[in-house]
Amino acid sequence: MTKTIVVTSGKGGVGKTTTSASIATGLARRGYKTVVIDFDVGLRNLDLIMGCERRVVYDLVNLVNQEASLHQTLIKDKRLDNLYILPASQTRDKDALTIEGIARVMHKLRKSEFDYIICDSPAGIEKGAKMALYFADEAIVTTNPEVSSVRDSDRILGILQSESKRSKMNEDPVKEHLLITRYNPSRVKDGQMLSVDDIVDLLAIPLLGIIPESPSVLDSSNAGRPVILDEDSEAGQAYADAIDRLLGESKPHRFMEPEKKGFLKRLFG
Amino acid sequence: MGFFKFFGNSKSDASAKVAKDRLQVLIAHERTGRDGPDYLPMLRQDILNVIKKYVSIDDEALTVQLESQEDCDVLELNITLPEHEVKTQPSAEARRRAALRRQGQSPDDDRTSPP
Repeated sequence: MTKTIVVTSGKGGVGKTTTSASIATGLARRGYKTVVIDFDVGLRNLDLIMGCERRVVYDLVNLVNQEASLHQTLIKDKRLDNLYILPASQTRDKDALTIEGIARVMHKLRKSEFDYIICDSPAGIEKGAKMALYFADEAIVTTNPEVSSVRDSDRILGILQSESKRSKMNEDPVKEHLLITRYNPSRVKDGQMLSVDDIVDLLAIPLLGIIPESPSVLDSSNAGRPVILDEDSEAGQAYADAIDRLLGESKPHRFMEPEKKGFLKRLFG
Repeated sequence: MGFFKFFGNSKSDASAKVAKDRLQVLIAHERTGRDGPDYLPMLRQDILNVIKKYVSIDDEALTVQLESQEDCDVLELNITLPEHEVKTQPSAEARRRAALRRQGQSPDDDRTSPP
């Protein structure tokens, strides 16, 4: 049974691609055959974050237009055996995608016995974002503790509830997960940043994880290696916890308290 | 910075509370537009027009919310009337009504029955 998960947010720059890369890698690491699809036609970046940018030959639009086969289009990850990347086209625009075309791709992926299809949504609420969420069984709503991000997340939740295939076909609703990224516990403690409680209260969907603001996220994208593979970093560990929760395990939330600083660091840090 | 923060009152700039309060109002407002029935915006406009006939209020002073409870829906109207302001100019509606009154007509008669 293939499960389709969209990583979405409305707002740009909140960490959708970082999250898609880490969630897909985490699921593959747990033994699930996983593909991660970049829906950001014209502005592809997932290939860079996954570190396979030099291996892109065909892309999603070629596949939709039946100019290339699934086998030709999928890029096999070099680190994990059961992880595949389906890159977006860099030259076409978003109008190249159609629901019928994506439906054919989804059907082929299901026939290839993928366990998980992760859809990395473009920012915004235009066609590309709507395509990315249309086939979703579950949604990971990526939100920064920041007013515009929270508002846009609420907007995208409305779209999930009215424009996904599940809503149009009157099936069970898309299962929603909240993932808070770039969380800074010490700013929360000082009252300068919305807290986890605030955001969960406002958006009213279950919390999948809290990814703390961490320099390792930038280091990982620089290196083209999903941050979940950086097991020493807090962000990597937080993504690994999120995978456990996504798979139904209960795991207490971590990284919500500021790290204890020594007296000198507090004084001068 | 750390030095001042350590000794100073770091809670003084608690902007997160403001952020949450603003978002609560905004999101509730945007959700009504999204989940509510199609007629809600038109109903709101009509109610607003009726109120404006008598009191001058801002468009934002009226909130219309439909809340679903267990066995019924509750339509909640929230109208913030302005504080008693000293009017320097009568409204156009007030002028029209006064003119009709002076002509010896009831202000509403003119619409229903021709003289």
